Amino acid sequence: MAYELNGQTFESDEEGYLVDISAWNPELAVLIAEDENIEMSDDAWEVVNFLRDYYEEYQIAPAVRVLTKAIKKKLGADKGNSKYLYELFPYGPAKQACKIAGLPKPTGCI
Amino acid sequence: MSKMLHLINKSPTDRNSLDSCLRLAEAGSSVLLLEDGVYAALSKAASAEAVNQRMGELTFYVLGPDVSARGLDDKPLIDGISVVDYGGFVDLVVEHDVAQSWL
Amino acid sequence: MEPWEEEGPEVVKRFMYVNRKAPYGTIYALECLEVVLIAAAFDQDVSVVFVDDGVYQLKKNQDTAAIGMKNFSNTYRALDDYDVEKIYVEQESLESRGLTAEDLIIPVEVLAGDNLREIMAQQDVVISS
Repeated sequence: MAYELNGQTFESDEEGYLVDISAWNPELAVLIAEDENIEMSDDAWEVVNFLRDYYEEYQIAPAVRVLTKAIKKKLGADKGNSKYLYELFPYGPAKQACKIAGLPKPTGCI
Repeated sequence: MSKMLHLINKSPTDRNSLDSCLRLAEAGSSVLLLEDGVYAALSKAASAEAVNQRMGELTFYVLGPDVSARGLDDKPLIDGISVVDYGGFVDLVVEHDVAQSWL
Repeated sequence: MEPWEEEGPEVVKRFMYVNRKAPYGTIYALECLEVVLIAAAFDQDVSVVFVDDGVYQLKKNQDTAAIGMKNFSNTYRALDDYDVEKIYVEQESLESRGLTAEDLIIPVEVLAGDNLREIMAQQDVVISS
């Protein structure tokens, strides 16, 4: 599988996760999100950027429970809860948001 | 007699590659510690005494990038071991007639 | 049940992961870390032990830029987020390598082998690598 953007090809695995993390850019994120039927609102971007920062610091994509807790710590309980995150990313916040953020599938993903 | 470069890439506390190399290496040859072998370059390593015993006869090198990767830049190395980079590694291979990997 | 509602685990077992290898030279350390995170994500009672060369996994100041590998020592700092709080390092292994708790990237419980042995005996599953 691959994503096509501005004449460039970005390789992905069979589930749509980018193969090369460093190839990611915001425009590509919007394209991946379209594939997932997700509109990149400011709130969705906030989560995607949070995940990219988390990966930068810890070198992993966190499991959903860990993501929820970490967001709660940083952005407060209004956003750090499963319901809010599932509304933004209905097929699983860690899975879908990680894919859009260009990260690998979360470690301990359920 | 050919000049030999001995390559040690196993930790001295995991395998006995370093011990065997120190026992069997001919005087005048060189030993390069790389990958997990770099732990043997630490002055606090249990194997340091064995390295020191052959310090005059053998020339010891350690691969710098592997030292940094393992977070050992803040630890003292055994006196007399030279740190080389990848370019220095290539030079060593070229300067010696034979390279032997102690796997 | 809605997707955001959490279901507790059916069975909780005591899993202990024993790390005995240095990082980077072999794949064991990284693979074990991933398995630890998976077990923790399944809400199991996880403890992680570092003995022998395994203590080198936690050495501070690792910089892998020049060897072109991922510096996964930063991932140990995420263990807290995964609620993995039982992290034990054997004192004898540290000392024989000239290391102290100060040299490690995360806070750990340094235990003498005698004490570690008791904790190991209480586990349901012990996986060593």
